[in-house]
Amino acid sequence: MKKLRILIAKPGLDGHDRGAKVVARALRDAGFEVIYTGLHQTPEMIAEAAIQEDVDAVGLSILSGAHMTLFPEVMRLLKEKGAPDILVFGGGIIPKEDMEELYKIGCGRLFGPGTPTPEIIDYLKEKFPDRC
Amino acid sequence: MTIDRISEEQKRWQNLVNQGKPDQFTTVSGIPVQIIYTPADIPDFDYLRDLGFPGEYPYTRGIRHNMYRGRIWTMRQFSGFGTAQDTNARYKFLLAHGETGLSVAFDFPTLYGRDSDDSMSKGEVGKCGVAVSSLEDMETLFEGIPLGEVSTSMTINGPAAVLWAFYIVTAEKQGVPSEKLRGTIQNDILKEYIAQKSWLFPPEPSLRIITDIMAFGAKHVPKWNTISISGYHIREAGSTAAQELAFTLKDGMTYVEAGIKAGLDVDTFAPRLSFFFNSHLDFFEEIAKFRAARRIWAREMRNTYHAKKPESWLLRFHTQTAGCTLTAQQPENNIVRTAFQALAAVLGGTQSLHTNSMDETWALPTEKAVLIALRTQQLIAEEAGVVNCIDPLGGSYYVEALTNKLEEQAYEYFQKIDALGGMVKAIEQGYPQREIAEAAYRYQRAVDEGRRVVVGVNKYLLEGEKLEIPILKIDPRVEQEQCERLRRLRQRRDNARVHRALDDLKSACAGKDNVMYPILAAVRAYATLGEICGAMKEVFGTYAEPPMF
Repeated sequence: MKKLRILIAKPGLDGHDRGAKVVARALRDAGFEVIYTGLHQTPEMIAEAAIQEDVDAVGLSILSGAHMTLFPEVMRLLKEKGAPDILVFGGGIIPKEDMEELYKIGCGRLFGPGTPTPEIIDYLKEKFPDRC
Repeated sequence: MTIDRISEEQKRWQNLVNQGKPDQFTTVSGIPVQIIYTPADIPDFDYLRDLGFPGEYPYTRGIRHNMYRGRIWTMRQFSGFGTAQDTNARYKFLLAHGETGLSVAFDFPTLYGRDSDDSMSKGEVGKCGVAVSSLEDMETLFEGIPLGEVSTSMTINGPAAVLWAFYIVTAEKQGVPSEKLRGTIQNDILKEYIAQKSWLFPPEPSLRIITDIMAFGAKHVPKWNTISISGYHIREAGSTAAQELAFTLKDGMTYVEAGIKAGLDVDTFAPRLSFFFNSHLDFFEEIAKFRAARRIWAREMRNTYHAKKPESWLLRFHTQTAGCTLTAQQPENNIVRTAFQALAAVLGGTQSLHTNSMDETWALPTEKAVLIALRTQQLIAEEAGVVNCIDPLGGSYYVEALTNKLEEQAYEYFQKIDALGGMVKAIEQGYPQREIAEAAYRYQRAVDEGRRVVVGVNKYLLEGEKLEIPILKIDPRVEQEQCERLRRLRQRRDNARVHRALDDLKSACAGKDNVMYPILAAVRAYATLGEICGAMKEVFGTYAEPPMF
């Protein structure tokens, strides 16, 4: 069985990469295949990488307040490029109301500060039960 | 009473008591802590050599003779959001409530030297700080605030020269000469590569711009701190206290070496170097860190870099409480966390302080939240009685032993970095970045496994907790309005003059002339931040970090 492949991505200009790196390591230690984009990616670059790397899910880390622009944009581009099945989830500094809005447009779970990493791992295992 | 006798008695006593599991009792950075400390734990302690008196070498106890009796630390709340006009109103609010210095938080596009209408800026304008794309925005930001009277700190690094030029020209227009200006630009590019990641150019040209800034400041803006060498972001990225201390001081030494190599006399610029540290959870470890920092810097400046003026030996620093320790859960608890951290900074002898607001894991702070944060400082300054006596923990066996320990760990890191060829080489090899990422992961594992308690997060949770504090929203119209303002500015100004100024700037970048003069000329012509940084990138190139985790 193919391992679950996850792209962890930092869109926009936000340089806060502590969370993205910690989550990437935790997912790798949990047995997933993890690709990290590094900083300063445009939504275009992220969608492109997700498709080329043939990932199951994209985790976006945004602490800059630009989540309402960047999440929908990555999701739109994935659809446009014929990969609507790739799950987009994420985390960062995201007020509750904004989380609700993003859930309405089909965004996967959003994890706020203080989330234990096993919670993220469990979420992904639940989403892809036949792959773990 | 000999040390040996105390040591024997200490062992005898320790054998009598149940000390618990050693790995349960460490500092937040993982330094093992004994159950008790005695003179036997600081056997070589020499009061005059190791501590001395405040305001005198080696400054362990503080950099001023009378410390807070002479003047309370500057209460300086880092703030900025939305448009320059929104932030201007927040500054006036804070000053009216007893704040004593300003501190500008810029949005991400500004931190990266990009204009609000740049394609990469989409969605980020005014979100994480205030958008400042031109001299016009800076004039609005400080409208009605007399720049000859306040001191202003600006957290700006890659494009620091440009934002500083905006400020200098804004003051000029208010009739305030640059000689009178007081404040700080962060301008610490090395920690950008290490931790904060808002860089523009590669390390070598970045260091050249910094030496240009130091030379310009020494000549024209003598009261300005031209670099604030920062451990804050290193710590926020997950480092230990010792890593914060070591990497920050090593960055500082690298700037000193760059200045000396550029032909500057160390005593002309060293007195204008200042520092910026984090105040994290572990109360005594933080106090020890601040004390060790002062002692190491004084020694290195005097003995290694042969600075002759005592002002060059002083480590002056700003402190911010640790944003990364705030919790989204039960946010009111953050008020208390911040108060402990602020107290550690004061007992550690800070010159200036920012206290975080309780709501900052959700958004930028509301007016109410920031007022409580400011009041926390005022309570410490005026109610708690801690400002009466300098370095009240000096002489504590524990605090002295911990100060020595942090100093020792810092020197171990200095040696490792030297072995890699110095800080720039170490950064290029990803060494400090890796050390920090390791520490961050260790910390997260400890929290996930419940070995490290975070109140409200992995212990004492509230079932079905709902967020009950108001959150600041940034109006999405800010971005449109900001782009529109820029469009009008580009129409209105003398574009031929802008182009000439940018060409002159490129020539200075390609040659050896100080870049500050052509930057100022471009700013006066209302060239935008993005245009000026763009011109410089054409000559200096850009920097990209290889992704690693």
